[in-house]
Parts: sequence; structure tokens; C-alpha cells
Amino acid sequence: MYVAVKGGERAIENAHSWLAEERRGDPAVAELTIDQIREQMKLAVNRVMAEGSLYDPDLAALAIKQARGDLIEAIFLIRAYRTTLPRFGATRAIDTGDMACIRRISATFKDAPGGQVLGPTFDYTHRLLDFKLAADGEVPPAPQAAPRQEPTPHITGFLNREGLIQAEAASDETPPDLTREPMELPGSRALRLQALTRGDEGFVLGMAYSTQRGYARNHAFVGELRIGTVAVEMDIPELGFAIEIGEIEVTECETVNQFTGSKTEPPQFTRGYGLVFGQTERKAISMALVDRALRWRELGEDDMGAPAQDEEFVLYHSDNIQATGFLEHIKLPHYVDFQSELELVRRLRREAEGAQQEAAE
Amino acid sequence: MSDYNFAYLDEQTKRMIRRAILKGLAIPGYQVPFASREMPMPYGWGTGGVQVSAATLTPEDRLKVIDQGADDTTNAVSIRKFFERTAGVETTEETAQASVIQTRHRIPEEPLTEDQVLVYQVPIPEPLRFLEPSEIETRKMHALEDYGLMHVKLYEDIARHGQIATAYAYPVKVEGRYVMDPSPIPKFDNPKMSGMAAIQLFGAGREQRIYALPPYTQVVSLDFRDYPFEASKADAPCDLCGAEDSYLDEVIVDDAGGRMFVCSDTDYCRARRAAGHVGAQGKTEDAA
Repeated sequence: MYVAVKGGERAIENAHSWLAEERRGDPAVAELTIDQIREQMKLAVNRVMAEGSLYDPDLAALAIKQARGDLIEAIFLIRAYRTTLPRFGATRAIDTGDMACIRRISATFKDAPGGQVLGPTFDYTHRLLDFKLAADGEVPPAPQAAPRQEPTPHITGFLNREGLIQAEAASDETPPDLTREPMELPGSRALRLQALTRGDEGFVLGMAYSTQRGYARNHAFVGELRIGTVAVEMDIPELGFAIEIGEIEVTECETVNQFTGSKTEPPQFTRGYGLVFGQTERKAISMALVDRALRWRELGEDDMGAPAQDEEFVLYHSDNIQATGFLEHIKLPHYVDFQSELELVRRLRREAEGAQQEAAE
Repeated sequence: MSDYNFAYLDEQTKRMIRRAILKGLAIPGYQVPFASREMPMPYGWGTGGVQVSAATLTPEDRLKVIDQGADDTTNAVSIRKFFERTAGVETTEETAQASVIQTRHRIPEEPLTEDQVLVYQVPIPEPLRFLEPSEIETRKMHALEDYGLMHVKLYEDIARHGQIATAYAYPVKVEGRYVMDPSPIPKFDNPKMSGMAAIQLFGAGREQRIYALPPYTQVVSLDFRDYPFEASKADAPCDLCGAEDSYLDEVIVDDAGGRMFVCSDTDYCRARRAAGHVGAQGKTEDAA
């Protein structure tokens, strides 16, 4: 005999207890600390900070621990926490020209002032599993050089001097904030860049890759990729001047894109721009490619109908917290809607069978 | 009490949401963009409804939360607990006792009153979305009252199937102006929207839209003169309470394909059984 489904509340509580137990895993194995995650899972922490839109390595590490390593879940925890934080004000724009670079490379010039600095990169490692690491992860200290004191100039600045690269329009306008205002399209480039920097790494990568494979190809070179720390300064009205309130690590990518000119623009190089929290270079390069693809209208290019050129498509589908929530909501009960569909399909079938019979007679 | 502000959201955010609600009430059926916040539950799980409820609740309110018509479904439980924790408001399962009702996919069977607010959770607020994927285009269509595409779709349904093949989220027209998505309620519930005494508020969190129906608003389900709209439900009475007028869920009861029909509105069913109504299989249920 059917008994109405009751006890949802207890089932939820029990599920949560089980989840907590699973998160901890075998109690005979030492528990992960936040410090360990922050120091040894740094690229995961960076991704959570970037897509969570909150620069706090400790909170990101906590979120990763709580989420059992599911980074999208961790990003969700950070986003939900972020909305509860009061906003004290806005900082000055960071100056990436003043960055203390740990990595700085250019694919367009063999050498340039500031030099090529490989930094801590996987690029030239052979992807062979290091079984020694399973037993012992200790490493000898890496060789050190004296840090560069003077600022490292941007590579695109050199092209700019010759007028070979399109100049970006300077603006002191406060950029829009899609976390505080509903997104309205068409958006500005600033809005697009905000959406891309917090967009899902996989989605932005896929979009960027599609441009390389010919869906609105834009001939990108990595003009410069730099990673390092920059000072964050804030104007304090009571003091009347700006003070440094901290440092953040960011990855900046400027692509140089070949451009043979359009109806409105002369032949010159154009750029795409990526800026992401932490060492997140795959994301920063992807962002720059997609940024460039989305600029077709401004540069007078043709609309190829490619997904990466479609601002509405990119902006509405780049956010993994929106996407995963809506995707996973189909796990929720839908039996009321399903019931109405059942009745509709049964009725349509009855009528279709009736019509067939009539035709046979 | 908790460390969070009353009903979780800060007062500035609630004010922003209330403005959107008031604008929605002033332009019935129009989708008002609002700066939806990231809530501690996932998008698609009622964040729009939760934000609207949070902005609507006062400490004196009594809240009821239903999903699929039932108070005890997992997500309804989760949202009710969220407000118990963050707002400390009283909650109830009795429709008549609630001042604010948040719902997903149903309108309660019992008629609502002027003292009540019904908050719908909305996944896709745009009734034209599956005909035109671009938001820029659909906003233009609403502005121009250009609903030809919708009528063509309904007409094609009839041409192909002999009837309009939409069973839930059946589009409506509000006060002769805006075509509106009623949220994914079964079309059985559509007539209840029209002339309802309670305020009806719709929140779509992920899509950042709020819309509203003030009390006694005319809401018409789209149809054609020769193919009039028809509210439908399973052709059976409730097996527990015998109700003939309520929307029914079909429940599979054994491996042999046996099934029974029960009220989707659990409170309605409970109240009827308490009043002595008994369906075909109701007796043993009461004994259990």
C-alpha cells in the first residue's frame, strides 16, 4: 500500500552526515590542512579564487577541502560567501607594468627589455609520472638570481611606438559590475572581460580553441604573458592619498593579432586581453583569444556567425555556477510536469491510433 | 539567532529587490531585470523565489514552502529550513494559515486570499525563449507586442497534433498586454492565476528577472476560438481522499504496473481526509 513520501527532512540530515564522513575519508589517514592545500594545490586555489571572484587563498583552500576537491563546488562556496561581504569601496586600477614578475615571456620577440623569464612552468617538463614523488616530495632549493629592480615594460608598448598596433581607447569611466547590476546586452568590453575572467576555465578554453580551429579565426600570437605580484592601492578619503592595502598575484596575457584592415580600420595589429587572479595562464590566454573574437563589431570585421563572436552566447553560458545549478536542478522532482506530459502523450497516442484505424477502414 | 541579516540578504539588496517587485506589480507581466545575488543554494533550485521571499518576509509572517504541491519534498524542506534558520519566521504546512507561500510547479488547490502572497520559482522567465534564443530579440518582441511567433507555434501544434501540445508552462497573456510564462505549473493551474485575490510574484534568479501579478489581474491562457484552452488532469479521483477537483500525481505501486492517483497538493489531501473524505484506497492509509 502506498504511503505518502514523508521524512524528507531526516533523509537530508542523514545524507549530510554521510557526506561529511566521505569528505574526511579513512580516519587512519592524516587529515588535510588548509595550509597544505594552499601551498601544494596552489593552481587549484588560484582557479577557485579567479572563478569565485574573491582573492583569498586561505578561504579558497578551505572551500576546496569542504568541496572534496570539486573545484566548481568550491567556487560556488566562495561565490555564496562573497555575496555576504560588505563593499567598502574600490581600489585604484592595478599597474601591471609595475608587476614583480615570476614569469614573463613573449612569443613575438626573441628578446626584449626585461628578458624572457620562464619561471615556474610545466611547459618544458616531460609529462612522465614521477614515482619518486609518491614516496618523497622534498626537493633541493632552486637556483636563485637577483630580482630585477626596474619595471618591466609591456611588449605591446614597443609596437605601439611604431603605431603598428591598434591603440586602446583610454577611459576613466567606472566599469560596470555584473555582480551588482543585471547584465544588459549589448555589453561594453569591460563587462565582457569581467564575465570572461570569472567564467569557467573549460568553457573559455573551448571557445578560444574554436577560434583557433577556424570559427572566427583571429591569428593570435602571445605578445606577452606575465605572471607576478602587483600592489593594490586604495584612496582613503580621510587621508587624502592612496595607501597600499595588499598584494595580489595575477596573470596577464596580451595577444597580438594579425589584422589586414577592414572597412573602418587600417591594416595594423590588434590585441586581445586576458587578466586573471593567480597563476592561471591557460585561462588568461583563452580569455585574450575570446576577447579578441568578441571585438569583431568594434573593428569592423565580418560576423562569421561563430559561437565565440556571439556576445550573448558567450556571456550567458560562461558562468559555471549558473550552468551547473541549472543543469543539476533537473535532479529535483519534476513529477507534476511529467504527469501533465504523460497525459498529453497518452492522449496524442490515442488520437494517432484512432486516425490510423480510420485510415485502415 | 544567526550571524546573518534577517532573511539572509542585506537591507540594501532587499531594497533593490523590493523596487523590482513594485515595478513588476505596476507593469503586470513585464519582466523586470534585477541584480540577482549568488545565494547559498544552486541556481535553478529556487534562488529567484528565495530572493523574492527574503525581500517580502517580515518577522510576523508565516511561511509555507511547497515543491510539486508537497511540503515534504526535499527542496521544499531545504528552503523552509533556510528561512527558519535565517529569518526565524514561523512556518506552516496549512495553506490557509500561511501569509507567504513559496512554490515550485504548483498553485495550491485552496483559493488564496487578499492577505496572502504567492511566490513562484521560475527557471526560464521568457515565454518566447524556445522560439527565439536571443534575449536582445525577445525583449524587442515584448516591447513591440510582437507575439506572432508564439501564435504560429500554437497553430503548428494544432496542425501537427490536432491540439496545442503544451502541458505545463502554458503561456498566458496578462491584462491583454504581455505574454508571460506562468512558470512550469501544469496547465490545470492556469485558470487559478486569473482574478486571484493574492499577490503573485515570480522570481528567476539565474536569469535575473522578477515579474508580478497584482490581485485580481486578468490572466488568459493563449488559445484559438475554435481550439479553446482546456485545463486538464488525470481522469480519476484521488485514491486517498476521493477529490475529483484536484491535480493528481500518478504513483507506481508495484512491479506489475499497478498505479494509483493521489492529490499533488498534500495539504489539501490531508485536510480532506481529516474532514472525513475517503478515497478508494484511503482506509488502509489512515490505519498505517
